[in-house]
Amino acid sequence: MADQFAALIIVVPLIASLFVPVIGWWKKRLCYPWVVAVLVIPLISSLSVLNTVMTTGKFSYRLGGWAPPWGIEYMLDHLSAFVLVIVSSISLIVAIYSKKSIEDNLPEKTVPFYTLFLLLVTGLMGIVITGDVFNLFVFLEISALSCYALIAIGEEGAPMATFNYIIIGTIGACFYLLGIGYLYIATGSLNMADLANILPDLYHSKVILVAFAFFTVGLAIKAGLFPLHTWLPDAYCTAPSAVSALIAPLMTKVAAYVMIRLLFTVFQPNFSVNMVPVMPILGWLSVMAIFWGGIKALAQTDLKRMLVYVVVAEVGYIVIGVSVANRMGLTGAILHIMNDAVMMACLFLVVGAILYKTGTREIQQLRHLNKKMPFTMAAFTITALSMVGIPPACGFFSKWYLILGTIEAGQWVWAAALLCSSLINAVLFFRVIECAYLKPMEPAYALNGGETKHEEIQRDEAPLTMLVPIVITAAGVILLGIFSGKIISSVIQFAVPASF
Amino acid sequence: MLDYVISKYNFWIYIILMMIGLYAMIGKKNLVKKLIGMNIFQSAIILFYVSIGVKAGATVPILSGHGHGHEAIEVANYINPLPHVLMLTAIVVSIATTGIALASLILIYRKYNTLEEDEILKIRKETGA
Repeated sequence: MADQFAALIIVVPLIASLFVPVIGWWKKRLCYPWVVAVLVIPLISSLSVLNTVMTTGKFSYRLGGWAPPWGIEYMLDHLSAFVLVIVSSISLIVAIYSKKSIEDNLPEKTVPFYTLFLLLVTGLMGIVITGDVFNLFVFLEISALSCYALIAIGEEGAPMATFNYIIIGTIGACFYLLGIGYLYIATGSLNMADLANILPDLYHSKVILVAFAFFTVGLAIKAGLFPLHTWLPDAYCTAPSAVSALIAPLMTKVAAYVMIRLLFTVFQPNFSVNMVPVMPILGWLSVMAIFWGGIKALAQTDLKRMLVYVVVAEVGYIVIGVSVANRMGLTGAILHIMNDAVMMACLFLVVGAILYKTGTREIQQLRHLNKKMPFTMAAFTITALSMVGIPPACGFFSKWYLILGTIEAGQWVWAAALLCSSLINAVLFFRVIECAYLKPMEPAYALNGGETKHEEIQRDEAPLTMLVPIVITAAGVILLGIFSGKIISSVIQFAVPASF
Repeated sequence: MLDYVISKYNFWIYIILMMIGLYAMIGKKNLVKKLIGMNIFQSAIILFYVSIGVKAGATVPILSGHGHGHEAIEVANYINPLPHVLMLTAIVVSIATTGIALASLILIYRKYNTLEEDEILKIRKETGA
């Protein structure tokens, strides 16, 4: 049983998603407990896989017993097991959260929502676990297709955002597919470990160079790296709360994971860093992403739209860590994949809860929310402090490593960009916190009648299924910060390629 | 020069088709035309994959009479089936993508009564949505 955990991570949610329509047809309200129960299994499996990897080192799982490079293999090393735990825990938390938001706002869409939700999680975990480049493409498309459909369920403007996302996302996936084609012409293999063995002799071939270019551009589209991020804000903003809380933390992060995987596992760091000038390009693009995302976020009055632009900036953080290509920077990037996933999950969960309770996302209308929803706003504040980078919240530590990495690489402008971004985040989030905690009642509202002045603001907290995930993620923000040293020394330092 | 083009004609065809698709996706204003562009783009890649499996003078990779014995087969006599099999998956993916795109086009048409991108943007600007 124990050695089958790797397969269970993919097989259980995939098969369970097919049962959701059957269960929904029988009794609609059983879909939710079914999905939550099913998602516990990948979490346990991925924790067990991480444990195995930490004690005995990396291993591979052969699907159907076929030996690689002919069969498909699941590759489980420190990096993939680590990201698997992130994906499975965030998806379980969001699944718990989704109950009220889906039942009340989209009652007729419950069954398709949960089916697609499980498929999306399957796709994301498959991308992380697989050791085969074509299999990765299939999982990439499974996650993308279910993501398109989930976004289209959303509010006004969602179909148009979905269509744009489909067009641009398909270009990204097709570029990735072309990259595989060129690699296959040159090497005749699709297995990542096999490719890593064959490729070093071919590094001077133009075919490999073209493949590398297609991979990089395709994944930059999927990760939403500036200037290829144009599909992202509309798509993430119009999606239903429960959906954006799942895709905002995970989709771009998983694409960033694939980028790390291809740049440093399939291609050796020697090639990606020294033989092609891709690192400076990625680095400067991410500096622009950080500033563009920050400035656009400052211009928004809608809380969710503001956070969506913060996602664009956060992608820049991770890619900067990749592009400095040293141990510190990459440690920061991998740590930031986790931290950002938890922080974004918390922020989007809070926005969803605020929208559910107050019906608005306008920052100006959040007055006195600290009295109305004290726990939700406390969680928001903790995460906001983490986004700014105040210890002991986890955002500080990944930013610390990223900045150390840029300094070690001698890229002072990149270090300055990271620091400036902290300032931008401070302005962004303190603006929201000020509105919620400190702003007095609107004068016009107070003048309307004397009695409103004295009226006590009733506590009106989000329902428990929403509040518990929010509190868990907020606690996670602090705990992951406190234990970040332990996480780095036991997992992440082995996930960074040994040649750094 | 001409020999160079003709000897690699499959790549040229796929590049031309891909550029047509890319142009339609980016340049066309009509959303259905964008979608058709996307299909051409995907088909170009499928044709590229199919063409890289082909070998001159080779036949279909069905082995007859080799089921029991251990005689070696001449690899050059059979075309490579693997890229073709990969494309079966890619075709399924492209059909699913087209399906979702068409469904979202229906939603768009119900809402705005048009499929021209500039008109939709105008309507959205007017209504402030």
